[in-house]
Amino acid sequence: MTHLTLTRRGLGAVALALGAPSVARAQSGVFRIGLILPMTGPFASTGRQIEAAVRAYLRQHGESFGGRRVEILLRDDTGTQPDVTRRLAQELVVRERVKALAGFGLTPLALAAAPIATEAKVPMVVMAAATSIIPSRSPFILRTSFTLPQATKPMAQWAARNGIRSAVTMVTDYAPGLDAEKAFKEQFTADGGQVTAELRTPLRNPDYAPFLQRVRDAAPQGLFIFVPSGEGAAVMKQFAERGLAQAGVRPIGTGDVLDDDILNDMGDPVLGMVTAHHYSAAHDSAENRAFLEAFRGIAPNARPNFMAAGGYDGVHLIAEMLKRTGGSDDGEKLVAAAKGLSWTSPRGPVTIEADTRDIRQDMYIRRAERRDGQIWNIEFDTIAQVRPNI
Amino acid sequence: MRALLHGLPWVAAVGAYFAFPEFLPLLSGIAIAALFALSLDILVGYAGVVTLGHAAFFGLGAYTAGILAQQGWGEPISGLLLAMGAAALLGAVTAPLVLRAGDLAGLMVTLGISLMLYEAANKAAFVTGGADGLQGVEVWPVLGIWRFDLWGRTAYLYSLAVLFLLFLLAMLIVRSPFGLSLRGIRGNARRAAALGVPVKRRLAAAYAIAAAYAGAAGALLAQTTQFASLDALSFQRSAEGLLMLVLGGLGSLYGALLGATAFTLAHHALSEASPQFWQFWFGVALVVVALAGRGGLVGLGRRLLRR
Amino acid sequence: MAAFFSVFLDGVASGMLLFVLAVGLSVTLGLMNVVNLAHGAFGMVGGYVCVVLLNDAGVPFLLAVAAAVVAAAALGWVLERTLYVRIYRSDHLEQVLFSIGLVFILGAVVDWFMGARQQLIQLPEWLSGRVEFAGVGLGRYRIFLILLCGAVVAALHFGLVRTRFGARLRAAVDDGVVARAMGLPVPRIFTLTFTLGSALAGLGGALGVEVLGLDPTFPLKYMVYFLIVVAVGGTNTVMGPFLAAMLLGVVDVLGKYYVPQVGAFVIYTAMVVLLLLRPQGLLKKAA
Repeated sequence: MTHLTLTRRGLGAVALALGAPSVARAQSGVFRIGLILPMTGPFASTGRQIEAAVRAYLRQHGESFGGRRVEILLRDDTGTQPDVTRRLAQELVVRERVKALAGFGLTPLALAAAPIATEAKVPMVVMAAATSIIPSRSPFILRTSFTLPQATKPMAQWAARNGIRSAVTMVTDYAPGLDAEKAFKEQFTADGGQVTAELRTPLRNPDYAPFLQRVRDAAPQGLFIFVPSGEGAAVMKQFAERGLAQAGVRPIGTGDVLDDDILNDMGDPVLGMVTAHHYSAAHDSAENRAFLEAFRGIAPNARPNFMAAGGYDGVHLIAEMLKRTGGSDDGEKLVAAAKGLSWTSPRGPVTIEADTRDIRQDMYIRRAERRDGQIWNIEFDTIAQVRPNI
Repeated sequence: MRALLHGLPWVAAVGAYFAFPEFLPLLSGIAIAALFALSLDILVGYAGVVTLGHAAFFGLGAYTAGILAQQGWGEPISGLLLAMGAAALLGAVTAPLVLRAGDLAGLMVTLGISLMLYEAANKAAFVTGGADGLQGVEVWPVLGIWRFDLWGRTAYLYSLAVLFLLFLLAMLIVRSPFGLSLRGIRGNARRAAALGVPVKRRLAAAYAIAAAYAGAAGALLAQTTQFASLDALSFQRSAEGLLMLVLGGLGSLYGALLGATAFTLAHHALSEASPQFWQFWFGVALVVVALAGRGGLVGLGRRLLRR
Repeated sequence: MAAFFSVFLDGVASGMLLFVLAVGLSVTLGLMNVVNLAHGAFGMVGGYVCVVLLNDAGVPFLLAVAAAVVAAAALGWVLERTLYVRIYRSDHLEQVLFSIGLVFILGAVVDWFMGARQQLIQLPEWLSGRVEFAGVGLGRYRIFLILLCGAVVAALHFGLVRTRFGARLRAAVDDGVVARAMGLPVPRIFTLTFTLGSALAGLGGALGVEVLGLDPTFPLKYMVYFLIVVAVGGTNTVMGPFLAAMLLGVVDVLGKYYVPQVGAFVIYTAMVVLLLLRPQGLLKKAA
């Protein structure tokens, strides 16, 4: 088996490579992964979380899988320049001969890099970006984060069943936001609710005050919110300051709003808020406890958020792909090995669907509560195995 | 000796194609940045009109070329020319506004116009894709022969060829009577006017030419990456172009090439070495060059040679 | 109507904040002709000092804000004496290169110590929540901002008109060469002004944590806004930038409230139109 794998690997390298040095490098046993994340700029916290989680995984499980030692090459795309993401992906494939691409903090960045994965025939593991269409942009894309409809529809369902008859949606004006807006309306109206207004806030430099004033004017029973990771604090501050809670508006949203990274600093205004998401740092399981401990080993002062969970599961997926292919370099084989894979993640049971290459997972309805002096998203209801393109 | 010096950057650029076949995506990025800085040099270095909104033309060029290719006209050279035309048109239309306001206010008008365009592109998502960027751009092979490949060979040679041709043209422009009159205006606008130079008309022409150059740079970016995004129109893009030019040195055309190369390489090397904290060292480098004195890297080189 | 007033007052509050953050930039540009794009970085440093003292050391809010002012002033003073003095004679573009470099450095340093995430503070009880006047609801913190910043504006205005330092400063701004010839210590006036401008930025940064947010990209994020305030307001008075900041704050928030489809377009259009009508600043008579 060993020598067979070696030959296969060698052939794969020859097929892809231009010159002799690459063949030597590919056979050396190191499997390089290009990790492209926003490490600086407005979305840097996403990159920091994912990177820490990736390192935590490797420290916890070792660095060799299927006979290959993995090496992570980290690149900063600053989060706002899709052309840079694309160029970095191209460079990693061409110059560093990475055999897998991973990371991708925001949807536009993932979309820009997708053609590179297709052309280079390299698996591209999307650890963060959450717009539904992403995996359809390349047969080499696999996703370990979530999709917005996946988180939104259970939320809409819960709202309709728990006394919210009218709602306003407020989402960030880019693909994931529009995804969430659409999914919420579909589900909520199907369940007998009514969406009275749909607000969209800009992605860059948003100011939520005027939008929340409009919410107050509309006086709905519920306000459904989606904003990117890190923005939730600004929204909830304004929500409290405008007295929306006193006006009888109940805030609900995807878990992005009550991001574990900053949840504890958001303070009393968020207590009692209900959100739906796939991961909470308070999830009660042995896998999650191990994850928390490993994460603390890398970043002692931070609490892992759903971005970190996506990063952790993303490396796990690559590790499993390597194990199942005996350490292959062949992108098509690696992707094939990932299809249908199931495991128990820190978030709960997950599956990479064979047909969509996207993630199927449990969704949790959670309430923000204070426990042992800190604020956590406490899960109180589970919707089992929600499909990504629900 | 002088001819040798003039040829040097181009020999190096072609040599790099063979010497660093794995760095071609980065090298194309440098060529595009150099073209953008060159366009700023014509405007800032020669005509003396400072701008903080040059990304308006870069972005317009990128979206023009990108949208053409997305809508089924992927022929790169005509796309490039159309992008230049669109940018030149916008330059010609906005130049009177910028020049009318003068100095600081004019500078801010350039910024204002670029921000308006950014917002317009952001809101016109049905054409531009909004914050998600322009999807589905398909550019045809250059001259029907060279496909844009994964290795970035076509992208680099194409960008370099365009840069070279436009550089030669810029040389001709700045040495023409028109170019000399721009220098005269920069030196002393009142005297130039007294000598019968139609100051505003000349500056407006320079503005439109620089806009066309920036449009070409934007079109190259869109075509070689088969993607266009709001970032092409951002203030950051304008500021970066200006930083490159000042870093290299104004008013020699070569400063633009040198500045863009040094800026992009430093950015790349530092962010690769330290993805989290590259900005620190990058900032130190900028501060050091700024404190080192006049003329940026070209000025520094001249002073060293004279010693 | 109540909604209008509520949103309008929000705009006033953020305009006040913008003014406090940007006024130092305007004065230094007018006085020494220095383009200091790193001005926002002093605000950022003030903000972080406030956050650390408040969250980690448990210092009361007002004291933390005061400390932020002092810290930003000290940083401004040190950098003026050591670095900025070297670039006064450089041209504007080299000053841009220098100050952007400084923004990168300070951003990275802050990131090194504090990380990249958003910094959040909990306001004291007396500043949180909202009050209603005749059906118009307004956050207590916004009222506090309007009162405090209003006092700062008044103090600056009268300081400039009534005090000896103010008279010297105005003389130096109007004509540096003559002022120098008359024996005014222009460099010292500048150091003091720069320090004061940094202190005000520090104040704005500390007060802004709750409203504008705070992370290492703060100086870049708001740079465009500062530039607008300075350019529209002109560099010769305090009231010019003040009016510009108010206009910016109010028009921006009203635009986003009434015509969210158009977004920030409103504010940029307003800026271009104002610049074309009044290229020397709102309050400056045409030359």
